[in-house]
Amino acid sequence: MDAMALPAPLIEPRDLREVHLGNGLKVLVQPVHTAPLVSVWCWYRVGSRDETPGLTGVSHWVEHMNFKGTTNIPRDQMKGIVERFGGMWNGYTWIDQTTYLETAGRDALDQMLFIEAERMSNGIYDPAECESERTVIISELQGGENDPDQLLDSEVTATAFRAHPYRHPTIGWIEDLRRMSRDDLYSHYRRYYIPNNATLVIVGDVEVDEALRLAERRFGGIAPGPIPLRNAAPEPPQRGERRVTIERPGTTAYLKVAWHAPAATDPDFFPMLVLDAVLTGAKGTNIWSSFRGQPPQRRARLYTALVESGLASTVSGALLPTADPFLYTLSLTAMKGIPLSAVETAVFEEVERVRTSGALEAEMARARRQLRARTVFENDSVTNIAHQLGYFETVTGPGFYTALRDRIDAVTPDQVADVARRRLSRQFCTVGWFRPQETRP
Amino acid sequence: MTTAVTRGLSPVRSRLDNGSVVIVQENATSPAVTILATFLAGSLYDPPDLPGLAHLAGRVLDRGTALRPAEVIAEQLDDRGVALRVSTSRHTTSLGCTCLAEDFDDVLAIVLDVAVRPVFPEEEIDKRRAEIITMLRQDEDNPAVRAAETLFEMLYGAAHPYGRPAKGSIASLERMERADIVALHQARMRPAALTLTVVGDVAAGHALERAAVELQGWAAPPPAPVAVEAPPPRSARAVRAVSVPGKSQTDIAYGFVAIRRLDPRYYAYWVMNNILGQFGLGGRLADNIRERQGMAYYAFSAFDPSVGEGPLVVRAGVDPANVSRAITAIDHEVGELGAHGPTAGELEESRRYLIGSIARMLETNQGIATFLQTSEQFNLGLDYDRQLPRHLGAVTLEEVRAAAAEVLHPEQAAIATAGPAREAGAA
Repeated sequence: MDAMALPAPLIEPRDLREVHLGNGLKVLVQPVHTAPLVSVWCWYRVGSRDETPGLTGVSHWVEHMNFKGTTNIPRDQMKGIVERFGGMWNGYTWIDQTTYLETAGRDALDQMLFIEAERMSNGIYDPAECESERTVIISELQGGENDPDQLLDSEVTATAFRAHPYRHPTIGWIEDLRRMSRDDLYSHYRRYYIPNNATLVIVGDVEVDEALRLAERRFGGIAPGPIPLRNAAPEPPQRGERRVTIERPGTTAYLKVAWHAPAATDPDFFPMLVLDAVLTGAKGTNIWSSFRGQPPQRRARLYTALVESGLASTVSGALLPTADPFLYTLSLTAMKGIPLSAVETAVFEEVERVRTSGALEAEMARARRQLRARTVFENDSVTNIAHQLGYFETVTGPGFYTALRDRIDAVTPDQVADVARRRLSRQFCTVGWFRPQETRP
Repeated sequence: MTTAVTRGLSPVRSRLDNGSVVIVQENATSPAVTILATFLAGSLYDPPDLPGLAHLAGRVLDRGTALRPAEVIAEQLDDRGVALRVSTSRHTTSLGCTCLAEDFDDVLAIVLDVAVRPVFPEEEIDKRRAEIITMLRQDEDNPAVRAAETLFEMLYGAAHPYGRPAKGSIASLERMERADIVALHQARMRPAALTLTVVGDVAAGHALERAAVELQGWAAPPPAPVAVEAPPPRSARAVRAVSVPGKSQTDIAYGFVAIRRLDPRYYAYWVMNNILGQFGLGGRLADNIRERQGMAYYAFSAFDPSVGEGPLVVRAGVDPANVSRAITAIDHEVGELGAHGPTAGELEESRRYLIGSIARMLETNQGIATFLQTSEQFNLGLDYDRQLPRHLGAVTLEEVRAAAAEVLHPEQAAIATAGPAREAGAA
């Protein structure tokens, strides 16, 4: 079954056009004519890794401000421009990147490019709007804190890193959010939002030459700037297991175990991706869409060992393509009445088993096949195709994305056993417990 | 192979001899196929003393059939990268998945085997029951869920199928036996209750043929219809505060009972809801609560008409100190729109948005499958994607004003808040 002939997937787009404008903006245009839609994404090489102590969360806050009006699009008109074409818009900030998108009918292409060009160069950052958004972001943070799993994730990440700025949450620490000024936001915006630090991706029902002409018209006049250096402090080697326990009111216990993961461009990344599929089922690599819903995991080792045995109600693994080494995290929800220690013991037994004996050939075949299927499923729309093109261009650089399938196919059982042995050692892990304090009788 | 979505959908529909309906839409955007098998068999059909039974049945459905033990189903799906989702709503139980086009025949056979021949092993029932109990415990600790469940109970009453939690309670789960699940499956998941929707890189004729083969020999009389009772009438405002200790934020659920999906006023209500709490960041509500007052990350409204009168619900998550202020802002926006209706500009913006967004609704195979299944469930026609712009375009200002005036009365709102104990009490 593993030797199947996968139909030519969309990750090898034959008609992809790549152009650099004179100001350094990279433009990727991929025609897809199956629906009368166009998706435009503008990506910036700036994320929470680019923040210094005291200014954590500034990238995300800047993203919010970039929906609050520009010189030529008043705030109250910003929301209606794409909606008139039936469009949706959004944006997100993560550790390595910030991105904005619109997907709408093809007639809206020029309007979408206008919005993104305005966002790149003409943000207003009205002081009153900055203040108003401060409390919106604090509300977003508090909403996240309502979820014990998210709370634990922040603590585990902060415990796992000592030096690298991946340690702080993308939304920032609340003390920084309370203190940051409008000038902090605006200087961050001006430093990173320049054409030579961005990639514009256009996918959908477009003629390539026309799309490039419109992109040149909207973006060509924006002046470049000095490319910001990305000097994130390297993370020193971990010398021993770390632990964090949160005790708060709640009803359910959660466990997380995190190890330092390879960066996407590290040769270990693809063996780790296969290893994760063996342990928890393949998710794919599209962080915009693939992590919603359960992966195929009923035969995955940790599912059978923990969920089928009744120790946990859910298990998931997260290995994401990142620019620097981030984390490989296992997350589990303990069944009612099962102590976290029992869940943790069972997790480490399985991890030790794969470290000692590697993966079976049947598991390897299943994992590879799952990952190859996910590369098809996660490219099922112009929005998703555009995300994948922009994500990998921004996070890993050119050439990585189109090689995904071959790199997955090339992973050997020895490589999987090797990364398990070297990387999933107990001394390199951080264990997080959320222990609920029952408050009701 | 056509790429039909460019010029509107062109689904093929067939009713099999046993009463099941099969709908196929070809779409070659990617070499994948989405399968959605939906039964009119949701929590509406739970016995009164066993709320949550349909949900438990759905969780056990794919854990063993007369032809395939649970581990074989798991292996056959996992080997093909397929995650089968069984979801239970008020009215339906759906089995949904996406597979590679080359695996379509095999995966369709598994999905229909699971739908038609489940054996509900005792051991699997016990495991999934325990999982649901853990889920219920998580829900108890989730202010968003607590606020919503409290609101639905206030709007419909605890015994109404729209008012009781679809997952049931720990007590009801502990009372359920295998015979209850088998009886529910036999009574409700019958051929005439099934709509099988297939969307993707597969020839319609082939998909219809495979469905007919896989369902051959499966026959039973149509299930008896069950009416949805009208909810009790409301006339006075009511507020309930739920304490969820240790939380940073309070969730607000504020709502009314609205109309049925097939009510002629449906499109006017849809446009009205878009203006109130959807357009842009979240309509008038987000403009006030988020943009002007900076009080919440999210504030929006949702309109969910169904077989029975569905709810119109406003949601917001706010600092516990701002609960009263947020409710005042919701009252203001709800009251304004109810008293004066929208402006002509708002109507035009929302109509254009909703009409234009139809193509996006149909961007993925899953989106198309859901659209076709809903069209079949409510008998809207195979060309509904082409009729929908006409329906939305015909909505007038007077109709939207009338819809707003009918339902948006702050003095009759039901309001539930859930959050830290000290601040949960709302005005």
